[in-house]
Amino acid sequence: MDNRSPKAWLYLLPAIVFLAVFMVYPLVDVLIYSFEEGYNFASGNYFGHGFYNFSYVLRDPYFIQAVKNTLILVAVTVPVSTGFALLISLALNSIVPLKKLFQTVFFLPYVTNTLAVGLVFMVLFKKTDSSDGLVNMMLSWFGSSGVDFINGPYWAKMFVLCFYTVWIVLPFKVLILTSALASVDETYYNAARIDGTSPFRIFRRITLPMISPMIFYLVITGFIGAFKAYSDAVAIFGTDLNVAGMNTIVGYVYDMLYGSSGGYPSYASAAAIILFAIVLTITVINLLVRKKTAR
Amino acid sequence: MENNSFYRAEKAAQTRKTVLKTLSYILLAVWAVMVLLPFYWMILTSVKDTAAYNAEVKPEFFTLSPTLENYAKAFTEVNLGRYFINTVVFTAVTTVLMVAVITLAAFAFSRLNFRGRDILFTFFLSLMMIPSELVVITNYVTITDMGLKNTFTGLILPSITSVFYIYLLKENFAQIPDELYYAAKVDGTSDFKYLMRVMVPICRPTLVTVIILKVIECWNSYIWPRLITTKEEYYLVSNGIQEIRESGFGRDNIPAMMAAVVVISVPLIILFLIFREKIMSGVARGGTKG
Repeated sequence: MDNRSPKAWLYLLPAIVFLAVFMVYPLVDVLIYSFEEGYNFASGNYFGHGFYNFSYVLRDPYFIQAVKNTLILVAVTVPVSTGFALLISLALNSIVPLKKLFQTVFFLPYVTNTLAVGLVFMVLFKKTDSSDGLVNMMLSWFGSSGVDFINGPYWAKMFVLCFYTVWIVLPFKVLILTSALASVDETYYNAARIDGTSPFRIFRRITLPMISPMIFYLVITGFIGAFKAYSDAVAIFGTDLNVAGMNTIVGYVYDMLYGSSGGYPSYASAAAIILFAIVLTITVINLLVRKKTAR
Repeated sequence: MENNSFYRAEKAAQTRKTVLKTLSYILLAVWAVMVLLPFYWMILTSVKDTAAYNAEVKPEFFTLSPTLENYAKAFTEVNLGRYFINTVVFTAVTTVLMVAVITLAAFAFSRLNFRGRDILFTFFLSLMMIPSELVVITNYVTITDMGLKNTFTGLILPSITSVFYIYLLKENFAQIPDELYYAAKVDGTSDFKYLMRVMVPICRPTLVTVIILKVIECWNSYIWPRLITTKEEYYLVSNGIQEIRESGFGRDNIPAMMAAVVVISVPLIILFLIFREKIMSGVARGGTKG
């Protein structure tokens, strides 16, 4: 058995080398950075060891704005996209003709370039002096005077970001839920139908419990995904998210790295670790809630 | 009497069914329009004449004089062609290297016996929980220190291993019956030959899925290329479109921008329409976006 040992390591060598250099080492390194106070990449200097990076980040108004934006985005898009995906999947599963066509169309946002299509959303929602966008023209049909969703008030910008996020994440959720719904055993439905159970009751008592593991899975991945939102915001509001007031936590991390001043990996690391802590906490809470309700 | 009420209940159920079905179709149709509208709008805008577009105060839903001029501009006035070729090269090289690395690793984990195999595999799996945001910071510093900023090597290196794909492929490899392996051994086939001649062909469907998912990921990658490339000649399409938005075409030429967007979007949409089933089942197994 062991005579092949060296050869096996040869097969594994590339994977191990790449994982060690680009995965394991960075994990240790990011912790070190986060405690090297005010480390500047260009000058290579830092002024001590301790928790200063964390307190700097937590007091930075840009970071606080980023956290606020991210929390709103998470709180809105996760329930909305999951609920809406469930509605669409139920509708998809109740029809036969055109089902394939609808499924194909609904999946399209998954295979699009987030940055490129974000530009289209900007065009659709933008309103300038010389032209209403399409959305504002539609609003005007209902008597609204319109609002610039791209450079306008905060709520309008938030709305576009949430809408675009839901648009982007829906394909994945619909895909998972449609296959979950299709895999519920037909006999349960037949039995309920013979008993004359109402469709709503069937949904609540049979369908929902049967697909609840998948819904739970989508909620968790949805939380994690929404907390890491970034490129959707860049796509709509441009690269300078701080000026637009629409930065996200991940955006803050990268802005700290790009910095024309040479970049501050230590602040970026502190922010990334805070993000990781938040995501981990929420995932654990989700798991605990799940355990409690399952009992 | 009895019969009559039964009939009525049956009829009510029938009506309810029709209503639900109609509502379903309405909901699906509305969302289909919402999904397709941005695509329609980008194609429509990309064929509108620039001057005519700028003169529109109210957007027009169609144009009677489509022009391809914007596409010409997208390839001449900005470096769209360059971004496009860069992305194709980046995607191809990354995918090929990654498939090689993960195939070898999955083979070792599924077929070969060595000390510490299970511990190492568990360790690999635990790496799946690490969010990329945590490691990107150091990788950026590493690549910069190696002097690989603004090179294809720097772009490609960090993304040629994926623990998840190793896991996916290993599970598939493990399903191949041992007898085949022993038979091949008796015939004097080497391990590597067995991998290439037997395991890879049998698991081709999984490999194709992995390749497609990786291609989509590469085509859309934005964060890492933006960190690593500061020179325009190394931009990928995602950075390219951002560059075009911020400084190309004098910022206001929306039709030309939309032409660029169409050019960037079309390859993946074609890929999707060809491999629809494969992509959808692959994403259901291993998709993460969402």
